[in-house]
Amino acid sequence: MARFTPGARVRARAADPDGHTRLPRYARGHVGEVVEVLATWSLPDATVRGVTQPEPVYTVRFSAAELWGSGSHAVLLDMWESYLEEV
Amino acid sequence: MSGGHAEVPVAARVRQLEERLISAGLITDAELDEILTQVYDSASPVNGARMVVRAWTDPAYHDRLLADANAAAAELGFGPGTRGYLLKAVENTPGVHNVIVCTLCSCYPTSLLGPSPSWYKSFAYRSRVVREPREVLAEFGLELPEDTEIRVWDANSETRYLVLPQRPPGTDDKDEEALVSLVTRNGLIGTATC
Repeated sequence: MARFTPGARVRARAADPDGHTRLPRYARGHVGEVVEVLATWSLPDATVRGVTQPEPVYTVRFSAAELWGSGSHAVLLDMWESYLEEV
Repeated sequence: MSGGHAEVPVAARVRQLEERLISAGLITDAELDEILTQVYDSASPVNGARMVVRAWTDPAYHDRLLADANAAAAELGFGPGTRGYLLKAVENTPGVHNVIVCTLCSCYPTSLLGPSPSWYKSFAYRSRVVREPREVLAEFGLELPEDTEIRVWDANSETRYLVLPQRPPGTDDKDEEALVSLVTRNGLIGTATC
């Protein structure tokens, strides 16, 4: 069951994990909006340790102003649920 | 495969992995060769172009492409090459321009766009296009109007993106083959209009 629904404001986790992750550094700590619940896939951070951990994956839209402090474009990223927290 | 990669350290790891898979009986050498040949021999931006042109000329296909691009690819015979990831088509409109990148590595729908260009894998493109896409696109010769919204899609998960460009004006009389020849690899990535 997906914890977030389209339109929800979410924050990408700021912590720097010890191992592999597919949460790009530039998004960490920033707030975006859920656009779509994409699918359920195993968290890569767990998969790389040989553990299958399926969870919802969301497309999240970040504004350039939020990510970089300037710019008018948008960046859309796919985020495993573990990468997100409520705002 | 391309000759220049045989000496890089990862090539030895890939060979070891292949040997382990083969010795475990999970796959044979011949099967591996067949899959690689199939993917790389048929991988071409003409495949993506055919999907785009079908979407331009068939409104029902256009809607199916945006709703389920994997199924839309399979309809045109591109199913085998697009297995294993979620394919999404993102549509350019008069007010919105899309461009794709993989900031973490170089994810890319190879079977539909052909082998990726070296700049797509470059650190410069990957780091700059998420930060200053308008400037990067201008360097490709694509000057967008100030009020066009740019959407940068970072393929950081199991999703692969394909841009659906706008049909160029003045092409109403062109047949399917002529239209296919208008669509470029850069148009499918979003670093060109078409």
